[in-house]
Amino acid sequence: MTRNRMELTFPSLAENESFARVAVAAFAVQLSPTLSEIADLKTAVSEAVTNAIVHGYEWRRGDITLRVSYDERGEMTVEIEDHGRGIPDVAQAMEPFYTTQPEQERSGMGFSVMQTFMDDLEVVSHPGEGTLVRMRKRIAAGVRA
Amino acid sequence: MLRSYCKQDALVVALDGELDHYCAQSIRRQLDEMLADPSVRYLVLDFDKLTFMDSSGIGVILGRYRILRDRGGKMAVCHMNPHIARIFHMSGMDRIIPELDRA
Repeated sequence: MTRNRMELTFPSLAENESFARVAVAAFAVQLSPTLSEIADLKTAVSEAVTNAIVHGYEWRRGDITLRVSYDERGEMTVEIEDHGRGIPDVAQAMEPFYTTQPEQERSGMGFSVMQTFMDDLEVVSHPGEGTLVRMRKRIAAGVRA
Repeated sequence: MLRSYCKQDALVVALDGELDHYCAQSIRRQLDEMLADPSVRYLVLDFDKLTFMDSSGIGVILGRYRILRDRGGKMAVCHMNPHIARIFHMSGMDRIIPELDRA
């Protein structure tokens, strides 16, 4: 059962990449995470928000919604949702080093980083409607009694 | 402004702050201005003061590696914190770019 949650909506400006990851880190502090867990969360959020800005909206302005919650066992769920162009082939997009923008020096590592740094990654995308990235991570210290 | 030290054909640049997609543009531009000098053949990126990096940093490092490689030069990195090193290794870049402070 959800113990605590928060939701933020912000425009797809690149300067909000930093804001989003710091906001998640600040919320996660309630679970007494390690520095390493904080770094994992920040990096995964940074990747997902960057994808929404660069690929979802392709530099057009749109809203990105960030939802974070955790349950009694200290499992965090982080959702990043955009209403951009969507991903036609999610499996292909998730292949390491796959990128549609090599000329922008995009590494194609975004989803690999999310997968590696979080316990679970789920991507739901509908072309023309947008993309929802849902990630889960158990914070070992968890909720204090 | 990035701090840098140049001697003959070697350039050492100390990155600081954060290296995400937003910061990447400015860092890339500053590095490329320094690399515009064709006599630079060796580049060392010092990560000591860099507090955060995501996969956008991989793109920046790889892009500079290619510039150096194309002019017959070499590139190395040092002082990566464990988190940044993890992303660096994940991308396989440790196979082409040596870490000076690691055996």
